[in-house]
Amino acid sequence: MSVLAAKGIGLSLGGRRVLDDVSLAFGRGRVTALLGPNGAGKSSVLACLAALRRPDAGTATLDGVDVQTLDRRERGRRIGLLPQAGDVHWDIDVRTLVGLGRLPHRGRGGETAADRAAVERALAATDTTALADRGVARLSGGERGRVLLGRVLAGEPEWLLADEPLASLDPAHQLDVLDRLREVAASGGGVVLVLHDLHLAARVADDVVMIRRGRVIATGTADEVLVAPLIRETYGIDAEVGRTADGTRFILPLTRAG
Amino acid sequence: MTRTVALLLLGLLLAGVLSVLAGKVWVPPGAWAAADPRSIIIVELRLPRTVLAMLVGGALGLAGAVMQGYLRNPLADPGLFGVSAGAAFGAVVSLYFGYAAQAWLLPGFALAGAGATMALLALIAGRSGSLIVFTLAGMIITSIAGSMTSLAISLAPDPFVSSQIVTWLFGALTDRSWDDVLIAAPLIALGGVLLAATGRSLDALTLGEPAAQSMGVDPVRLQWLVVAGTALVVGASVATAGVIGFVGLMVPHLVRPLVGHRPSATLLPSTLGGALLLTLADCLVRVAPTVSELRLGIAMSMLGGPFFLWLLLRMRQRLA
Repeated sequence: MSVLAAKGIGLSLGGRRVLDDVSLAFGRGRVTALLGPNGAGKSSVLACLAALRRPDAGTATLDGVDVQTLDRRERGRRIGLLPQAGDVHWDIDVRTLVGLGRLPHRGRGGETAADRAAVERALAATDTTALADRGVARLSGGERGRVLLGRVLAGEPEWLLADEPLASLDPAHQLDVLDRLREVAASGGGVVLVLHDLHLAARVADDVVMIRRGRVIATGTADEVLVAPLIRETYGIDAEVGRTADGTRFILPLTRAG
Repeated sequence: MTRTVALLLLGLLLAGVLSVLAGKVWVPPGAWAAADPRSIIIVELRLPRTVLAMLVGGALGLAGAVMQGYLRNPLADPGLFGVSAGAAFGAVVSLYFGYAAQAWLLPGFALAGAGATMALLALIAGRSGSLIVFTLAGMIITSIAGSMTSLAISLAPDPFVSSQIVTWLFGALTDRSWDDVLIAAPLIALGGVLLAATGRSLDALTLGEPAAQSMGVDPVRLQWLVVAGTALVVGASVATAGVIGFVGLMVPHLVRPLVGHRPSATLLPSTLGGALLLTLADCLVRVAPTVSELRLGIAMSMLGGPFFLWLLLRMRQRLA
């Protein structure tokens, strides 16, 4: 069983302690949500897992191997990252953009049939096939968000790390994207998400990690962690946690805790 | 893209023929053979000049496309890292001390200037891989080299030297020989290989640095490919043709919409387009009805200024 893990990770950025002794293990086939207030260090956890940042204590490992020591291209094939900032600097068309996700797979030669097939699957999965020939500059924020997710899906990584993949999507496409991420997990991939919306996290996550000020406050299944006392401790708010008639969990923030 | 490249190649071939024909003296093709004394004009003057125009134009076009892709900024120019200012200062030093009499000395000094610039860049920016530090270091070096050049002009031992420096600073291809081609060609070829190797990384950078890194791009390796490649091609260009601006800025812009904006797709067309633009511009300055030949660098600036304005107006329109 492939495991992506953080072992005692500590990270300082610009003299500020961003992560402190963070130890986590993620399993394939599951969706894990990283939750916590702004500046808690959620994105930094993803950055360490994807080897974008080198922790100054501890290691991030993939199947027991330090991710920093993995070959860059191999790492790129196995761990897909969707960063928070949705930069697209040139007005390339959507299919070309999604095709960039195949870069870690491509040899010296150009695109192969397998590359093209993966791109078409990613376009279909993100409901962007109709936009394929359009320039990125002519997309709305939500369309761009889906296309950028398509880029990561096109790489068909074992691990999908996504920072706020639902921001700027309308509710229908939020649900669509959640379904896609659940499918990735169902087909054996590991999915780690940074989310702000508690109710969306409650909908999608198998496991939840609560982070506050660079430390892990709680980790466990969604049922164990998404409870009012832990939400209060992490975010400083009172929230109502309940279920709808069909059993879907919801979380309703009520007031700032005094 | 293939069609764009084919058209540019055809254009370049025609421009090459035109460049051999163009000049104050008409040399009929029948007189190109060795027996005719006029063949010297063709073989020893116009041919090397044409080859050098293509080399320098191609080098600047390629370096511009790489720089714009690397910095993800359509206004970036190959001179941005300070390499052209450094090379120019090196050449100015050789003129100041009157070393320029020997064919190899001025280019040698210019290349030393380009090399020193690169070393200085490495010293300031180190292995940080940070784009902002690098760009700022380049701007600082440019301004230091510029002030030293001005100092050399103002302290020149006699007016002839200062006028020689000023004239040289406006790049030109007048009276270049096969020696110059011999100096420029290997360096531009080597730098070109380094720059061409950046294509895939530049594509990945379209999505920003974190995404690019997550797809396997090594930022430090990329940075050194860009810097070393630019230093080689721009250093060799300045060493043999002086400072010629705007080619590296304009050409990638012109080809980008034709090839779909993907950075790697702009590299070859920008190279060919740069070669084409400079060869044509050099034909123009030769046949322009001026008393002494119009300096190529000045001609390019005269084209470049309005082009910059047009670019700005278009960007303003899009932002409005």
